[in-house]
This record gives sequence, structure tokens and C-alpha cells, in this order.
Amino acid sequence: MTALAPTVTSVRRARPRPDARRQGWVRRAPLLPALVFTIIVTQLPFLVTVYYSLESWSLVRPGSRHFVGLSNYLDVFKDSQFRQTAINTVVMTGGTVIIAMVIGVALALVLDRKFLGRGIVRTLLITPFLIMPVGAALLWKTTMLDSTFGIVNFVLRPFGIGQFDWLSRLPLESVMIEMIWQWTPFMMLLVLAGLQSQPKDILEAASTDGAKPLAIFRELTLPHLRRFIELGVVLGAIYVVNNFDAVYMMTQGGPGISSANLPYYIYQRAFLGFQVGQAAAMGVVVVVATIIVATFALRLIFKTFSGTEQAA
Amino acid sequence: MMASAESITAEHGLTTTAPGRPMVRRKRRGNSVTLGIVGWVVGILFFFPVLWMVLTSFKTEAQAYTNTPSVVFSPTLSQYKTVFSSGLWPYVANSAFATIVSTLLVLLLATPCAFALSLRPVKKTRDVLFFFISTKMLPVVAAIIPIYIAARNLHMLDNIFTMVILYTAINLPIAVWMMRSFFLEVPGELLEAAQMDGAPLRRTMTEVILPVVAPGIAATALICSIFSWNEFFFAVNITATKAATVPVFLVGFISSEGLYFAQLAAAATVATLPVVLAGWVAQRQLVRGLSFGAIK
Repeated sequence: MTALAPTVTSVRRARPRPDARRQGWVRRAPLLPALVFTIIVTQLPFLVTVYYSLESWSLVRPGSRHFVGLSNYLDVFKDSQFRQTAINTVVMTGGTVIIAMVIGVALALVLDRKFLGRGIVRTLLITPFLIMPVGAALLWKTTMLDSTFGIVNFVLRPFGIGQFDWLSRLPLESVMIEMIWQWTPFMMLLVLAGLQSQPKDILEAASTDGAKPLAIFRELTLPHLRRFIELGVVLGAIYVVNNFDAVYMMTQGGPGISSANLPYYIYQRAFLGFQVGQAAAMGVVVVVATIIVATFALRLIFKTFSGTEQAA
Repeated sequence: MMASAESITAEHGLTTTAPGRPMVRRKRRGNSVTLGIVGWVVGILFFFPVLWMVLTSFKTEAQAYTNTPSVVFSPTLSQYKTVFSSGLWPYVANSAFATIVSTLLVLLLATPCAFALSLRPVKKTRDVLFFFISTKMLPVVAAIIPIYIAARNLHMLDNIFTMVILYTAINLPIAVWMMRSFFLEVPGELLEAAQMDGAPLRRTMTEVILPVVAPGIAATALICSIFSWNEFFFAVNITATKAATVPVFLVGFISSEGLYFAQLAAAATVATLPVVLAGWVAQRQLVRGLSFGAIK
């Protein structure tokens, strides 16, 4: 890569200008189909969403559509349910990603050592990630967390838990348990790969110098794992924050809105309440908030990747 | 964590003084047995819900609804018969079509794009990459309303090609990132040598670059397929009967048949089986892809 770059630039600089411009387009051409497609399918809808958000429009009342300016936004900020679901989203995403990462790191440390049947254990551990989220949510709702026939209550019965109704007593936590189950394998795989890319001779040298194992972990392994952990957190958060399946299948956001997240709440407004304008305004608010968070997240990703390329 | 950190020293502590050596050896073996047990216990714990799903799918409903879970039972295929006789196949066909066609389309668009962002980089490579990944961060739910209304106005609701377009869009940014990192693995000397020989770009492409990135393409295709096959949000909102996919079948099956554990388990097993098998077989590709190629 680095060896190629100088040749390419010097060739381009040597050519006269019109040719250089043509050359630029030759270079850009392979990029354009994907770029144009992505702009049309992903950016256009957002612009339209902004436009809808300025209208009052109910899907069930034809002819009701009219321009209302920013009043939908005022409603969004006055809406205490929106605030509650926003908090739920943050708790759900943060909790799921952090807990999944902590367990993932622990499991990766175990799997990094050789033991009998390690390959099989790894296969068992990645399986939850492969299960269709809708199916996984249904399984957790029924066979695992059902108050009467669920395995979890059966296991906890000796501890006097009785017929604890997880989904109505701890709805947010139940959804999170399911998501942690699905996302821990992903975190584990990333961290495991990070561990395996750690240069072994440095560890050896450190322990020869008499460093304590815990110190080695804290001073050498953890800094090395940092970019893998960041990558996992960012990628996991992208998917978990958009989670709809688990909420929809397990609790329908209930009881009340105690386990509803923003995707589910906006979906409800648009497709069950048919309030296009209001749902669109919520969407715009979420997008703006996401952009703010994402700017920080992207900075992390870029650091991660430039680090990788230097290493390669 | 403690145990594993300790065993790091155990393994690398072999250079310590000779008298200490047998001790270290013994400790290391002890540790790896303990770790093995921990590994197996946690592995089985994580796998248990899946195992239980498969077991339950071979039960009768009466056997599935017991206060004390029944482990020993005479297996029955009747749940699977119900699943297969309730019109599963059109959904599978839709899912397969949307998954395969969208994945091919993604590869077709992402490969040249990734090339222009890696081996022959355009000027604003960083910005373009930033743009692609930022589209993944925008919440899907904010786009669903205009997409729904556009599809309705174009008479493309409940149309499998709409799903193909949407799945291409959701996977394309990830694919561009993955493919780019795989292109970056192509050794510069190899390309230079090909250029010196005056090989045309197409030949360089097929003979030099393609063999190096082929495993990467496989990894990308696998990840895209998993996300398409499992996608639910668009499917449930944009499709109805004609273009509905397997996740929609699963949900519809539950609401029409009622929430019966054994039947649900059988349906979920069938729905999830293709992806689980593919993921098991192609574990290495899975890891490479999921880390955006950051991991070799």
C-alpha cells in the first residue's frame, strides 16, 4: 500500500491538467454506483422525514395533511413518554453493550488458553449470535422466562423465587438479558482475536522480569485489547440501539412503556397511531442525537482502524 | 480473569530458575483443567437455550408444559409436520431470494467501491468511508415512514424486490468497510510487479488481487447473508403476504397457532437452522468479517 502510493501520485502529477481530471474520474468511477445507491436509499428518506416532520398528517384521515411548522417538535419535547423511552434506549444500549463486553472479555481470556475441546466450546459460544433475533426473543419469552413453565424459574425455585413473572416485573431487564445473550459472542470473538494477535514475546519478557500476572494483564494486555474493545462497543451499540425485534416480541414495550425503546415507540406512533408528522419529528430528533453520539464513536473507529493499518 | 492471567505467567514463566520448574509445570496443567471446566460450563450455559429449543421441538405440547422440565421423553416429529404443512415454503423462497440477490448486489457494488477506497484511493477516501459508516448509525426507524409511503405510492409494498433494495442498502456500508480492509491486505509489491509487467487492470484484478481478497469476499457475503436472513423490522412493515420472509412467518405462525412452546420451538429451529449451520461451518470467515477484517 505505502509502496504503491508514491508511484501513483507522481504519475498523476506528471500528466497535463485535462488528463488529470479525466484520471480523477477514472479513479472515482468504481466508487460511484455504491455511493449513489446509498445516498438515494438511505439519505433521501431522511430528507423526506424532515419534510414530513413539519406537517400534521394522519394516515387514517385522508385530506388531513397540512403544514404546521415546528409544532410537532414542541410536542416531542413536551412528550414525557418520549423522554422515558429515550432513557430506556440509553439504559438498554449502554447496559447491554457494557455487560456483554465484560462477559465477552472474560470468556475470551478463557478461550485464549488451550484446553480439551476448546474448538467445540467456541462453536457453542458463538451460536447465540447466529440465532434469528425474532426467534431468540420468542424463546426467551417462553421456554426460558415463562413464569410457570420457564427454565429460569425452575432453576431458581430452590431459592424461593416462586412463579416470578420476569416480563412484567422486570421487563427492561428481561429484554436486556436476551440481548446480552445474543451480543456476548460477538464481543468475545472480537476480543479473542485481539488476544491472539498480541505479541507473545513481550508477555514472556515481562514475566521473566518478574511482573505479576495481574500487572501484566493491566499494563500490557488491556492496552493492547483497547482498540478491539472500542470496535466491539461501537459496532454492538450501532445494532443494539436500533433493536426492535426483542422489544416487539418479548414485551411490546410494556407494561405501559416501561420497556419501550425509541425504535419501538416511533414505530408505534407511525404504524399503530398513524401519526406520520409526529413520528417523523421524533425520528429527526433521534437522528440529531445519534449524529452527536456518532461523531465521537466514529472518531474511535477511525483511530482503531488507522492503528490496525499501521500494524499490518 | 484471575485464573487466566495467572496461567499466562505459568506458560511464560518457564524461564525461571530450574528448581521452580516442576512446580510451574504442575500449576500450569492444573490451571488448564480448571479453565477447561470453566470454559465448558459457560459454553454449555450459553448454548443451553438453543439446545432446549431443539429438545422442545421434538416434544408434544403436554411434554413441553411441565412444571419440572422433562428431559427424557419419546421424541415426536408432529411439531415439524405442523410447521411444514402451514405454508412455510413461500416464506423460505422469499427469504432465500432476498438474501441471495441482495448479497450479490452488495458484492457487485461494494467490490469496485472498496477498490477505489484502498488500492487506487480517491482523494477524499476518509470522508467517503465516514459517510458510509455514518449511514449505519442513523436509526432505521427514522427512515421507515418515507420508505413505507414511497413504496406504497410506487405500488411496491409487499414486493420482494423492495426487500432486495432495502437489504442491499443496510448491508452495503458494512460490506464496503470489510472489503476495503481486505483490499488493503494485497501486498503492494505484488501490484507493482504486475504494473511493471504492463498487465492490464482487468488481468491484475483477476490474477493478482482476486486470489488475495477471495476469502474476504466470502466473509463479507456470509455476514451480509446473516443480516438479511434475520432481518425483521423492514420485513414486518413493508411486506404482507406475497413477499413476507421467514421471520415474518415465525411471528405470524405464533399469532395464528397461539403461543405453544413445542410448535414455536420447531418453527424457530427451522427458521434459524440455515444461518446457524452456515456460521458453524464458516467460523473463520465469520470472525474476519465481524471484525471488519481488523482480525486476520
